[in-house]
Amino acid sequence: MNKPVWITGVGVTAPTGLSRDEHWKATLEGRSGIAPLTRFDTSGYPSTLAGQITGFDPAAHIPKRLLPQTDISTRLALTAAAEAIENARLRPEDTTDYDMGVVTSNATGGFDFTHREFRKLWHQGPRSVSVYESFAWFYAVNTGQISIRNGMRGPGNALVAEQAGGLDALGHARRTVRKGTPIVVTGGVDSALDPWGYASHISSGRISRTTDPARAYLPFSADAEGHVPGEGGALFLVEAEESARARGVVPLAEIAGYASGFDPEPGSGRPPALRRLIEAAVADAGLRPADVDVVFANAAAVPEDDVAEARAIREVFGPGGVPVTAPKALVGRLGSGGGPLDVATAVSAFGADTIPPTGTDIEVPEEYGIDLVGARPRTARLGTALVLARGIRGFTSALLLRNPPLH
Amino acid sequence: MPKMSLTDLRRILVENAGEVEGTQLDESLLDVGFEEIGYDSLALMESAAAITDEYGVEVPDETLADLRTPRQFLEFVNSAPVVS
Repeated sequence: MNKPVWITGVGVTAPTGLSRDEHWKATLEGRSGIAPLTRFDTSGYPSTLAGQITGFDPAAHIPKRLLPQTDISTRLALTAAAEAIENARLRPEDTTDYDMGVVTSNATGGFDFTHREFRKLWHQGPRSVSVYESFAWFYAVNTGQISIRNGMRGPGNALVAEQAGGLDALGHARRTVRKGTPIVVTGGVDSALDPWGYASHISSGRISRTTDPARAYLPFSADAEGHVPGEGGALFLVEAEESARARGVVPLAEIAGYASGFDPEPGSGRPPALRRLIEAAVADAGLRPADVDVVFANAAAVPEDDVAEARAIREVFGPGGVPVTAPKALVGRLGSGGGPLDVATAVSAFGADTIPPTGTDIEVPEEYGIDLVGARPRTARLGTALVLARGIRGFTSALLLRNPPLH
Repeated sequence: MPKMSLTDLRRILVENAGEVEGTQLDESLLDVGFEEIGYDSLALMESAAAITDEYGVEVPDETLADLRTPRQFLEFVNSAPVVS
């Protein structure tokens, strides 16, 4: 029996805001977090923009003992986790430690921390390299630090699947709850906007070279020419229905369907995995495509990927058959944080009966056949939301959220 | 080389491993275990490199495990041979 698994808490750190509510407000207003990257001198780089989190004071959120041992990505993850735990009114210190697990995704590790330690290695010698580099760089570090900080000693996992990994974390959290751990902190956060991290983003060949922040990331546009990298993401408290009921907590959303897969080898002639995974996630929720009320698109803004995504959506839902939105155009692509931030936005959308906007009016080529929600939000009763994520080199995941009936 | 005082140890720990909120490393904690104070073995390893730079004393990783309190730590550093 597949028991319902609920999201009972949400925490956000994004270029649009340092809480779920700040992020939602900025998204509705179409306020973009994309701007010239100010963390270092980008002259000499072919791109100059990023979805940067500004105004984040780590010392206000993180114990001082953790500051010397954490990359910015981990500080953001700990901050979002704290918000999710508080939002769900969970008191970890009063909860059995083995009843709480942690499943996070991460795609780029601790780039900024590592870049500084490499500088010390070459300039001051190996003895000057921090012992904390041993784990601060590592994809699993957010799971570990969240687990230690909150005394969560249940199952701990880390998933790495580029942009798709954040949805995989939520899918695995659901599995973990169904296997008997009542409470799981899950989601994903990435940040790699230091000189080395930014260079590695650019090496993907998918980063826009446009210098105008309003024109640099235009998913599904005929003018799409790549995306802007951003930082941040979202974390959640995911919980068994009976655990939430026992604590007197109402669900914000149900993780109703999930599917994950991988694209066929290039040149195989077989279609990408996305269509199959949309259908699988919808079926996993016991629904039909007509039951899906909004799609949060992967929105690569790389023309061949936009064409493929539009085709998959069109084939499953029919031309213009479902509203499609891409609020990530306001923050950039966040790696493992991208899917979770879309999930957080969808949870807010459920509460507001509003589809958030892509944030700018985009002229979508007729042949794409998708109904893209442009500059302004759209009022709609939302019973479900489908979140899509495609990572580079083929990682693909789809997650279907259900708006819980009023309790 | 100068002798290392408790104040020096506190400064080096705070600079390298961060401050333990609500705890001031003073005389009353001289014989309290580092773990209990809030510094684990990694915090001491992280500080050891700075101690070598400042006092010319090597604190090998395997020795660190035996230096359980600030008093034991200071006694080791202040009696160890200066190597650089």
